[in-house]
Amino acid sequence: MAQPEGLLFSKEHEWLKIDGDVGTIGITDYAQNSLGDIVYVELPRVGHEIKQFSSIGVVESVKAVSDLFTPISGEVIEVNGGLETDPALVNRDAFGAGWLYKVRIKGLNEKSALLSPSDYDALIAEAAH
Amino acid sequence: MTATPETLRRTALYDEHVALGARLVPFGGFEMPVQYAGILKEHDAVRQRAGIFDLSHMAQFELVGEGVADWADSLTTNAVGTMKPYQARYNLFCNERGGTHDDVLFYRLANRWLLVANASNAAKMWAHLKAHNERPDVRLESRHGQAALIAVQGPKAVEIVAPLCGGAASSAAELKYYFCAEGSVDGTPAVVARTGYTGEDGFELFVDGAEAARLWRRLLEVGKSYGLEPAGLGARDMLRLEAGMPLYGFELDEELSPLAGGQQWAVKMNKPAFVGKEALAAQLAADDYHRIAGFVLEGRVPARTGYPVFSGGERVGEVRSASIAPSYGNRNIGTALLPKTAIAVGTPLEIEIRGARHVAQVVSLPFYKRER
Repeated sequence: MAQPEGLLFSKEHEWLKIDGDVGTIGITDYAQNSLGDIVYVELPRVGHEIKQFSSIGVVESVKAVSDLFTPISGEVIEVNGGLETDPALVNRDAFGAGWLYKVRIKGLNEKSALLSPSDYDALIAEAAH
Repeated sequence: MTATPETLRRTALYDEHVALGARLVPFGGFEMPVQYAGILKEHDAVRQRAGIFDLSHMAQFELVGEGVADWADSLTTNAVGTMKPYQARYNLFCNERGGTHDDVLFYRLANRWLLVANASNAAKMWAHLKAHNERPDVRLESRHGQAALIAVQGPKAVEIVAPLCGGAASSAAELKYYFCAEGSVDGTPAVVARTGYTGEDGFELFVDGAEAARLWRRLLEVGKSYGLEPAGLGARDMLRLEAGMPLYGFELDEELSPLAGGQQWAVKMNKPAFVGKEALAAQLAADDYHRIAGFVLEGRVPARTGYPVFSGGERVGEVRSASIAPSYGNRNIGTALLPKTAIAVGTPLEIEIRGARHVAQVVSLPFYKRER
């Protein structure tokens, strides 16, 4: 399955969209599909400084709790409030309405540690074996 | 050196699950579907219409002979000898300490009995039965893995299954709850039982493994216009928890007695003797054992098995099962093992989730009861 262009990906199945110095972060469609019905999302608070690849929250499906890792460092400037009442937004539209949070990016050089859409495709193709 | 991974067995319906796009997981030594379209969708199909489950991983033992009822009564907590022909009854096997060896269903047929045990306990139970049988008038046979078991559960189950039933099962629609008939389904010899584990009306169909796939496809085809959907173990766990039914390994285990697990109704202390009776009598007399209670959490954070439970600031127990409950207002529910002092309905509890205490309270079981 081809990934949306213009996004960067982490090995932990998060996506990052960069717009100036603002990064929008979510989990991939592959991730939401693997998790199944999502019933709760715990996100970092606005104002928190988070560090690339650190654990910053959890996604809970009916069956399991999974850690969330941020693909990039920065200050959290917004979280998706819609997930509080409708966490299944992540299942329905992982790359769109199901986004998780936004950060003010400090160091764009961290991008180099992330995967391109085709690299991420290769990663999940490998995981399928 | 690494251990060789256990080879997983497959039920007769494995290819059907793959064709339906199921997600397969190891369960009780078998590769089983945990979900097809999604656990919540499958749950709703069963509550509102009907779902079809593959339960062929469960252990099926055949018991034959004049002595079966007597013998089984000496090993179990509930009464076997009082079962009428074609009656089904929930029962429990205990160890000498009163802990639960397994919880099972007995089905009394014309000249034999079926005993259905948990898949995870299949080997243990088979060894237990054989070790306790020296009687010439009780013969045991394991059909585990050969015989199939298909459940159709939900308000539309009767409309879907009954018209396919033939022979002595032809009036399946009139079968009473926890009774069965030995006839056919769509021409295949079958034991048709009005039993289930979802809190809904429905049937469990015991058929030969060789016929299972054809019958499964036929049921799906006939059920299509009723909204029948395949449902996996994930939905089954959610449905049984809402219906207040115990799951071995969670509400019952070798350390948890049927009393602790909330199954006192199935413990007949007036039976002359059975394995574990003395220990259970001592538990009843002391009445100080921890026991299973239902709880509901405030807020949207789900509990999980093993999370600590507090009452009055003290750690008093732990969560045994938990889930979001679509049939209980989409709230987060569960069962916890608690001291007698903390099980009264309305008792305030706190559940520790990732270091933070979340408010909960004891509620009565079951969480869900269908309208009859």
